[in-house]
Amino acid sequence: MSAPELSTVDINGFPTRIWRKGSGAPLGFLAGFGGLPRWVPVLDRLAEQRTVIVPSLPGFPGGDRGHSVLDSHLDWVLAVRQTLLAAGLEGADLAGSSVGASFAAEMAAIWPNSVRKLVLSAPFGLFDEGDPPTDPWAQRADRVAGLMCADPERWTALKAMPEGANSVEWPIEQTRATEAAARIFWPLGNTRLERRLPLISAPTLILWGEQDRIMPPSYAGRIAARLAGPKEIRMIPGAGHLAELDRPDEVASAILSWTG
Amino acid sequence: MKLMWFHLMPYTDLPENFREAHPSVWVDIHSSLFDPKRAHRMYNDFMDELEYAADCGYDAICVNEHHSNGYGLMPSPNLIASALARRTNQVPICVMGNSLALYNPPTRVAEEFAMLDVISGGRLIAGFPVGTPMDTCFAYGQNPSMLRERYLEAHDLVIKAWTEKDTFAFNGRFNQQRYVNIWPRPVQQPHPPIWIPGGGSVETWQWCAEMDYVYCYLSYYGYKAGKATMDGFWAEMDRLGKDRNPYRAGFAQVVAVAESRQQAIDLYTEPAEYFFNRCLHVDPRFASPAGYSTEATQRAGLESMVKKAANAQTLITGDKTNRGMTMADFVDRGYVVIGSPDEVVEQLDALADDLNVGHLMLLMQFGNMGKELTQYNTRLFAEKVMPRMRTRFAEWEDRWWPKPMAEGERATIPAFRQAAE
Repeated sequence: MSAPELSTVDINGFPTRIWRKGSGAPLGFLAGFGGLPRWVPVLDRLAEQRTVIVPSLPGFPGGDRGHSVLDSHLDWVLAVRQTLLAAGLEGADLAGSSVGASFAAEMAAIWPNSVRKLVLSAPFGLFDEGDPPTDPWAQRADRVAGLMCADPERWTALKAMPEGANSVEWPIEQTRATEAAARIFWPLGNTRLERRLPLISAPTLILWGEQDRIMPPSYAGRIAARLAGPKEIRMIPGAGHLAELDRPDEVASAILSWTG
Repeated sequence: MKLMWFHLMPYTDLPENFREAHPSVWVDIHSSLFDPKRAHRMYNDFMDELEYAADCGYDAICVNEHHSNGYGLMPSPNLIASALARRTNQVPICVMGNSLALYNPPTRVAEEFAMLDVISGGRLIAGFPVGTPMDTCFAYGQNPSMLRERYLEAHDLVIKAWTEKDTFAFNGRFNQQRYVNIWPRPVQQPHPPIWIPGGGSVETWQWCAEMDYVYCYLSYYGYKAGKATMDGFWAEMDRLGKDRNPYRAGFAQVVAVAESRQQAIDLYTEPAEYFFNRCLHVDPRFASPAGYSTEATQRAGLESMVKKAANAQTLITGDKTNRGMTMADFVDRGYVVIGSPDEVVEQLDALADDLNVGHLMLLMQFGNMGKELTQYNTRLFAEKVMPRMRTRFAEWEDRWWPKPMAEGERATIPAFRQAAE
């Protein structure tokens, strides 16, 4: 596993990390709740066939304190749009997970020509009173790993401080990621994305971990029913909310075959 | 030293097995535990107790704001303060306070506090807490990532609403109002004294120093546990070149006095254990949503420069450690200042020496303490302890105390009458 190429772009005055690896047609990936404090295996699988491009979102690891100037939903979608443009992802295939999937859907809805094919894995943005998402912010610290992944060790490994990291800044960066998600999705996770789903014409694959304990898998059908373009739902056995951490091979092959 | 009488207004009928059977006293406490007819008596007893404290000569009576909370029955302290303003005529009324970010628009606070100041003839102390995560982020749904920015902007709006003479437009990041022009205007000019209840945030200390506001540390865990925080506060004041005027600070303390230490233990054990074991039983999942504590505060904590967290986190930490604790533990740890009048004076002298706090907010009704015992505690303290503590810090001026209208200018409030007999 070789390291990705790292570049930095300026978004609203904040240095924002872009990772890039592989060759072939570009494929964007927007990370989920907690962001990507480190490179993860699913990205290597994607890079075997495509140029995988991973921009950080504001406030998430690699996104500095970019969230701190975003006060409205419009601020957020514009910041993500600028980030994707700066990363060279205009018109590319775009996959997102969780929080990142919510933004991927917004991009495809608001700028239909900006996304070729779309993959949404358990996106935030909807709220059904009869089957509400779990509140990810009102949790004891020791319960979060088991909510994010079917195998809690996957989340723990994602968030574990690497050798030589700054022991003060590393935990602050992880808390900041949770705060950034709160900044846009507090308190219910409902950005009324549902109302914009009919604007999405890009062919869309909906992925969902069968054991998602944050976003109810029932939302997959709800989303699919509202999309304007071709769509398909695929459940990932053995995976939780961040399916790409639990089942990187299955998720990568689903993304690659849909966008191939 | 100012001795202020503070009521939390706890629900006094939480069941014996509350800690075991219910996850939290706050946010999702079950409605079935609330009996409105019992609460009718509680509210009226509590207000009797506040008025009694005023009659006993305490320097101020204090109320505060909590939401969805079994130990604090005042979602609107202003309602209680309003009643107190009519039933007392000398005592300053400290509303500790209104959580600014929860009012939409925040000019509501400027209006209601101005009403209280006018009705009371200038006796109001205006408290502006950010508010705990339980109150603000969970019970009221405020975004933890924007709470402090909203709070600071609301503060600016309220101050401007109090001081600007002409109708103005407020073009804020979170609040936009075309016509701000509050009626009534406060008696105290330019505005009532402003006190800030907070936790151990360096930024709050710096802001209080910059604005010349009183900083209040409202821990329930007493003067021994509070020392680290107050040391941090005074170190920061020194660093900023501010004097050590003890009236820059306030501190809450549970106090229980009787004729002897043994009698005090006998009288106050049940309400103390009720308070610490039932009232402070808060689910830790509500303690610290990401973003509530600033990164500077997190950094300070992680670097161990300041060895304590925000108010709410202190409360939760305390909650963990008091599981199964008894009166002996509360006394040893200084959660409760208790004993004969001499012993209480001795402990409060230690508190004054250690914390250098000029505004002492006394929690003398706590837990399920009934009115009779509360009034006994209040009366005995007023007679035997207060005169000996009042002289502390006499060399300092309290620049943060209300300046009411002159006696002769004030309305005469008729004595309360029963229905015509």
